[in-house]
Amino acid sequence: MSTQFDSIAARGEAGDTASRDVIRATLIAGLAALAWLTSAALTEWWPSLDDWPYTNEFIALKLLLAAFAAATAIAGWRGPSATSATPTPTPTPTPTRIGAWLRAMPWLLALALGVSAWEAVTAQLEWLPRPFFAPPQALIGVYAEDYPRLGTSVVHSFGLLAYGYVLGAAAGFVTGVSIGWSQAVSYWVHPVLRLIGPLPATAWLPLAFFFFPSSFSASVFLIALATAFPVAVLTWSGVAGVNPAYYDIARTLGARPAFLILRVAIPAALPSVFVGLFMGLGASFSVLIVAEMMGVKAGLGWYLQWAQGWAAYSNMYAALLVMALMCSGLITLLFRLRDRLLAWQKGLLKW
Amino acid sequence: MVAVAEALNRSAAVAAPLSGGARIDVRHVSHQFALRGAALPVLHDVSFTVEPGEFVALLGPSGCGKSTLLRLVAGLDTPTQGSVQADGAAITGPDPSRVVVFQDPTLYPWRTVRGNVGIGPQAQRARFAWRGGAQEEQAQRRIDAALELVGLSDFAEAFPHQLSGGMAQRVALARALVNDPALLVLDEPFGKLDSLTRIRMQGELARLWQDARFSVLLVTHDVEEALLLAARVIVFSERPARVIAEVRNDAPYPRHRDDPKLVALRREVLAQLGLDT
Repeated sequence: MSTQFDSIAARGEAGDTASRDVIRATLIAGLAALAWLTSAALTEWWPSLDDWPYTNEFIALKLLLAAFAAATAIAGWRGPSATSATPTPTPTPTPTRIGAWLRAMPWLLALALGVSAWEAVTAQLEWLPRPFFAPPQALIGVYAEDYPRLGTSVVHSFGLLAYGYVLGAAAGFVTGVSIGWSQAVSYWVHPVLRLIGPLPATAWLPLAFFFFPSSFSASVFLIALATAFPVAVLTWSGVAGVNPAYYDIARTLGARPAFLILRVAIPAALPSVFVGLFMGLGASFSVLIVAEMMGVKAGLGWYLQWAQGWAAYSNMYAALLVMALMCSGLITLLFRLRDRLLAWQKGLLKW
Repeated sequence: MVAVAEALNRSAAVAAPLSGGARIDVRHVSHQFALRGAALPVLHDVSFTVEPGEFVALLGPSGCGKSTLLRLVAGLDTPTQGSVQADGAAITGPDPSRVVVFQDPTLYPWRTVRGNVGIGPQAQRARFAWRGGAQEEQAQRRIDAALELVGLSDFAEAFPHQLSGGMAQRVALARALVNDPALLVLDEPFGKLDSLTRIRMQGELARLWQDARFSVLLVTHDVEEALLLAARVIVFSERPARVIAEVRNDAPYPRHRDDPKLVALRREVLAQLGLDT
């Protein structure tokens, strides 16, 4: 094993370590291709105890992934060896996209093993009880056949969530800033926040569906409530924690209250506000699903309920996967926004 | 509109010689804090005057109340008793004509160096409801001039966490100078810098003051610094602070630390503070 200093000192050795890394990455890519190929062969020649539709499509998908892994392996192999023959001053000749794919290869390998194991214990061996556990090809069936209903559910869920979250985040932000800024507002609002805030938003469910004209508006209210509390508390704590010297500086430079709030208090509190927005987003997901299960006749929560009613467990797994992708995607989006706005901060957590 | 135009003309260029710095009158000022129900006297019957364009140092032991006095002059607090006046008018609040540079540079970490220096022009623009292109341009020119004055033009787009302590304090100085102050209030501005940077910045401050001729009120507990920079040193007692001596220093600028006259004055001031050796 050579240290970084060694590799800088001796250019030839540096090339050696770099190519050793590439060989290992290429090897893993080859293994991944082999694993998907074997997995496809297993599906083809190891009969499952029951006939599952979409098995052929499943095999095709596996072969596709095997081909992709093999192509990456070849590209990774040819890329650096072509340049290492003619020495160049740039130490990393691999194009970045192939580099990113090569880095994903260990995951593709693990996925091949995981999916094959899942398939074996559900389809071929049936160690897991039948109606409650579905093999992977059943999920493909759901996506292929039920995509209109699933798609509509995603659109409904997303719309409801967007309404509730945006309203709740805005309300929480304004509340937090006013409590943090004004003693009078703090005197009146703080006790209310302390009493109502910790109450789970879902506890309002029966009342909300009674008070509001539609189950949609009731759900928007509940999601907004769940979002607003963490946003308000963390915005408040952010504003209250602003270094008072920032205000002194701005005041001696001629700043008026509007400047102090908009240009000093809020930017200084923003890191804390984003923690609140993140927590609020998590809370809003859980209220969204509960609201859709209890009253709204659309959305992913409703889809889960509906699938349970028909004992369509593969549909549930398919919906859960979609839900996971949606929630993770939204949180990624929030973090991207934060990275952009808080680029001045050091040591940000990478999501 | 006329007042606006005047304000703009007044702050046309940073380094341009002023019509004259501010005159500050501190008259029989006493101040106390409420600390756990008890009154804690900080200042006791303090009176002095800063003439227009004069460089005055307030010297005293740590924690004697100098910084409190400085906050009163800046308009950040009002005295319990007595009055503080700028050019004959009582000081009721902060004003960009009297700018403070604190011991910590206290830059806004979310703004670049340019953004930090531009706080003053931006905050003052907010007083008038419109945004003018010409006004904006002029503000940018003033910011450029201020950055050049402190030698940080190359770091205009850097963020504060990328600066050294001395550079950060220079940015704080530029942020004050961009407002074309009539009075510069300095609260131990070099207290946290390493000694080499401090020596360099003391020289730069003296030169800046000679060029621009604003009034300066410098709070320090460093006898050498006070004598090196100020034309008059006002010596304070322990808390509650009162004026115990005034030392006039008419040595010409640029001054040198080992000037025998300064050494003699240093002995005199230390004697006033009860530190005669």
